[in-house]
Amino acid sequence: MKSGRFWAWIVFALGAAYFFIPLIATVEFSMRMRRGAYSFDAYQVVLGDPRFQATFIYSVVAAIFTIVLGVLVVVPAAYWIRLRLPQLRPVVEFITLLPLVIPAIVIVFGYIRMYGSNSPLPFLASETGANALLVIGYATLALPYMYRAVDTGLRTIDVRTLTEAAQILGAGWGTIITRVILPNVLIAVLSGAFLTFAIVIGEFTMASLLNRPAFGPYLQNVGANRAYEPAALAIIAFAITWGCMSLIQILSRFAPRSANRPN
Amino acid sequence: MTDISLSDHAVAGKTAPPADARSMRLPTQWLGVAPFFIFAIMFLILPTLYLMLGAFRNDAGEFTFENIAALAQPSIVAAYWISIKVSLASSLIGAFAGLAIAIAIVRGGLPEWIRSATLTFSGVASNFAGVPLAFAFLATLGRLGLATVLLNVLVGFNIYAHGFNILSFWGLTLTYVYFQIPLMVVIIVPAIDGLKKEWGEAAATLGATQAQFWRMVVIPVIWPSFLGTVILLFANAFGAIATAYALTGSSLNIVPILLYAQIRGDVLHNAHLGYAIAFGMIVITGLANVFYIWFRTRSERWLK
Repeated sequence: MKSGRFWAWIVFALGAAYFFIPLIATVEFSMRMRRGAYSFDAYQVVLGDPRFQATFIYSVVAAIFTIVLGVLVVVPAAYWIRLRLPQLRPVVEFITLLPLVIPAIVIVFGYIRMYGSNSPLPFLASETGANALLVIGYATLALPYMYRAVDTGLRTIDVRTLTEAAQILGAGWGTIITRVILPNVLIAVLSGAFLTFAIVIGEFTMASLLNRPAFGPYLQNVGANRAYEPAALAIIAFAITWGCMSLIQILSRFAPRSANRPN
Repeated sequence: MTDISLSDHAVAGKTAPPADARSMRLPTQWLGVAPFFIFAIMFLILPTLYLMLGAFRNDAGEFTFENIAALAQPSIVAAYWISIKVSLASSLIGAFAGLAIAIAIVRGGLPEWIRSATLTFSGVASNFAGVPLAFAFLATLGRLGLATVLLNVLVGFNIYAHGFNILSFWGLTLTYVYFQIPLMVVIIVPAIDGLKKEWGEAAATLGATQAQFWRMVVIPVIWPSFLGTVILLFANAFGAIATAYALTGSSLNIVPILLYAQIRGDVLHNAHLGYAIAFGMIVITGLANVFYIWFRTRSERWLK
């Protein structure tokens, strides 16, 4: 057992080195902008860049719309499958896993060809349509995570009893979903939402191929043209991802632990 | 009599919940899942089918295998080959390193905070991919990166003089491993947690050595999750483009970058060849998943 612990420390130390050296190196590199002294110049340049602000805000807005769309698509379906159509569960689970099988670049390629300006449904003919298509694409990418998060949340509540109780009290379907089910799975939905945010905020492939002024293509552009700013941006992106994951962890402490009655 | 009818009622209630009976009567049942299916069909399934069918059509819309046959040209084969190599290498390295770390933090007797810190960090690092990850590795192992410079100054070892290049197969693999390892850790830790202490005690009582316990209990139990995750990591790396594109531009010609260039500017001068490349990607990631399902059902049969 002693030697086991020794090896565990070795493995852990090697892993920690592999994961921390790039972070340290990136921080160090991002501070090298001023010759001869460490400074935060690169961060100042980046944060003061109007294109940084514009693209970042664009991506934040896109992420928010993605989350709303994801919730609208996933929550009713996951709820209904638990309540009434359990036989559809394998089909839906299979579909939600497809975005992990089909690469994002293939999905967006399909969009470009199917929803181009000359198609019956010309999303790409207008600015708004293209923005909508980007949000739709992001919602597809986030589908596996959103569905899993919501389904896990639903597993911890007694969907049937809650629904029946609400029905007895005279609630309609809209009321049941928005005022009974959603508040109960809110923490799960928020976990899915923050994960979606982390995935979407720096996404490059879809935004770039749909020619959207998003944060991901901006990052790539800076990387191709500047020396120290990319490192600063990498640290900022890491901080954003870290923030999203921390929020998920904090939220999970508030989540109900087990079901009253497993469905 | 009452007893029988009661139990009958209970059984009937259990086997046929009211939901089933009602779903036959009301097609409106499907309204609840309609948005999901409409969304999935319009924005996931149809676009993919469109490309797959396009791969078997020529410009006149006739059925043909020409596009698939055209994939055999050396530049495309090379792109597929390097993509498969990078994905395979990064998923295998990531999987074994991730498994080692997971075993170390779960069963290695390390302090509890290490386990939770590692899991938190893995959650972050597995989502830290794309363009920023490329920046981080350029700042580390690029020509002026910290690790490169320090190795040169402190040890006198110039990795670039010894054939290493961040814009190469190994550079890309090493970068991909940064999100592959944490993904493995996040997925495999619950599986290792599932190994009950009692199993180890039972095995020891029956006289099994530590090696036998690992070979006959631990490995068969975590094998399906492990294999499944390897395949997930493979597909993850195979479809990734942002990291590679930001890291190497188009100097390393992996399939997603080739497809990206084709979508942007028809570099292959044949629109249907783009469909064929996309089709090839789906076939490879799809096959990976078929193998995964096949392996999993086989191993689960033995687990029961």
